[in-house]
Amino acid sequence: MNNTAPLLEVNNLSRHFGAVRALENCSLVVHPGEVVALAGDNGAGKTTMIKVISGVYPPTSGEIRVEGRPMSFSSPQDAREKGIETIYQDLALADNLTIGANIFLGREPMRKALGFLPVLDRKKMAQAAEQTMAMLDFHVKRLDAPVSNFSGGQRQAVAIGRAVYWNAKILIMDEPTAALGVPEQRKVVALIKSLKAQGRGVIFISHNLQDIFAVSDRIVVLRRGIVAGERRITETTHDEVVKLMIGG
Amino acid sequence: MTTTITEPPQAEKHVAPQADHADRQKTLLTRIAQLRAWLFLAALIIAFEIWSRTSFGGTFVGSSFNWQSIAIFAVAPLLLAVGQTFVIISGGIDLSEGFVMGLAAVIAAHMTNLAGFYMPLPFAMLFGILVAVISSGVPGMINGLLISRLRVPPFIGTLGMFGVARGAAFLFAGGTTVPVRNEYFAMLGNGRLFGVPYLVIVAAIFVLVMHYVLSQTRFGQHNYAIGANAQAARRAGIDIKAHLLKLYVLSAMCAGLGGALYAARFTAGAAQAGEPLLLDSVAAVVIGGASLFGGSGSILGTVAGALVIAVIQYGLVFVNVEPFWQFIAVGVVIIISVLIDQAQRRFGGAKHDE
Repeated sequence: MNNTAPLLEVNNLSRHFGAVRALENCSLVVHPGEVVALAGDNGAGKTTMIKVISGVYPPTSGEIRVEGRPMSFSSPQDAREKGIETIYQDLALADNLTIGANIFLGREPMRKALGFLPVLDRKKMAQAAEQTMAMLDFHVKRLDAPVSNFSGGQRQAVAIGRAVYWNAKILIMDEPTAALGVPEQRKVVALIKSLKAQGRGVIFISHNLQDIFAVSDRIVVLRRGIVAGERRITETTHDEVVKLMIGG
Repeated sequence: MTTTITEPPQAEKHVAPQADHADRQKTLLTRIAQLRAWLFLAALIIAFEIWSRTSFGGTFVGSSFNWQSIAIFAVAPLLLAVGQTFVIISGGIDLSEGFVMGLAAVIAAHMTNLAGFYMPLPFAMLFGILVAVISSGVPGMINGLLISRLRVPPFIGTLGMFGVARGAAFLFAGGTTVPVRNEYFAMLGNGRLFGVPYLVIVAAIFVLVMHYVLSQTRFGQHNYAIGANAQAARRAGIDIKAHLLKLYVLSAMCAGLGGALYAARFTAGAAQAGEPLLLDSVAAVVIGGASLFGGSGSILGTVAGALVIAVIQYGLVFVNVEPFWQFIAVGVVIIISVLIDQAQRRFGGAKHDE
């Protein structure tokens, strides 16, 4: 990995829906081990921005570079293969399956039983689950339990664990703390810190300024489809961010 | 469930929010819910044994004739229920199975007779069965296309196919039953190997294969995932349309095999063969621990569910109770079974509201 090139570079990205300019000349940079918060009021273009980055919408104009190489994603699958993983708010887990089965969903490892019969390799899935979750500081003993048995924060960790296992370089997290209680929110914040320590890049979308200030290195504020401002977290205040958001 | 979590060396502690006490109750409840069909079965067998001994001093359990009869009785509903298990786990339902089975029974009878003119009888039998099973994949494929491509709800799509298969079956049969003239076919339906009916052997092998498919293959795993969260399955890159197509073909082919074996047992194909069995098959799946909301269930549970129904039906005849009580007894078991499922869901299952 080239340390000088940013993990993700978004240059002058625009996305129009007919006459609606949802995103106009927006730029964003994420370095390895950096957490960038994307803030803005409803309709400011946060969702459009991450949908373009994660391959859901093609951009109208502008470019996306991953580790210095220009990319164009044909689908979310494509973006995922190139290292950009989105953790959805509603988690996208199959509740009735184990952690391992969720990590490997759609890419299940097989082994040969009795030398000829292909069967799911549950042991490998469980081991991978255990190691991955340990990397995120979650030490889970019950690897045969369905994820519905776990708490909201733990389930969030499973979703993140899946991305980590498949080597996502950039994780986009859309309101990861929104549906959680306070102690669970703290766990997610801790998770983001451990992703940062592993040198991954995180784009963190939240309404909660407290969470943003707790984990982010920089904050990019969108307003009506344009970048209203960008600040280092250490050099700004809640008040200033709110002003950028509402345009005071 | 005990989510035991050791403390990480640094930073935040991740503490399991549930207390241990509640966990143990939950685990017990989940176990009971999972095993409920086998518990029902054990309770029923004990009840009939006591009943039989007190009212006429004979044994119910000790008679191998009873068990052979129950097993044969359970074969057709079980085959339908196996296909239905897959469909219900995916969150759907297949109402067309009953008449697809009838259609297959008629086709098996016709084709076996026809092939008998051109080839030795054992081959004619195999040919008839093969054609019946494969051709029953056609209505299954139509179901699958309707549900996956045109987004028809499974209940409606398969209800339509229920009517189409029904009409087609009666048309093929010419409105009557079609007798089979093939002694090997009759032997398959009524013969025994070391006292075990051939039908039961065929069904047992088939059930084992299907258990393998559901529990050990990607197809099975994806089936559970789709039933729990189709959105998540799609995002994980699973081709849901292709999966649903295969799923309904599989379900129809299970019914097709059921129809062919029915034709063997009665040495005749009848269009109405599966009519009373459809709801029994759904009942067997539900008693067996599956949820109609999708995402849970197993082939082994369904086997127990099908046996529960067969034991109730046969047992009540055996102890000389009016046959109408069968319906009431099966109905009560279904309701109890769903109540257990819901209790387990409420207290032990998913916690979406955190």
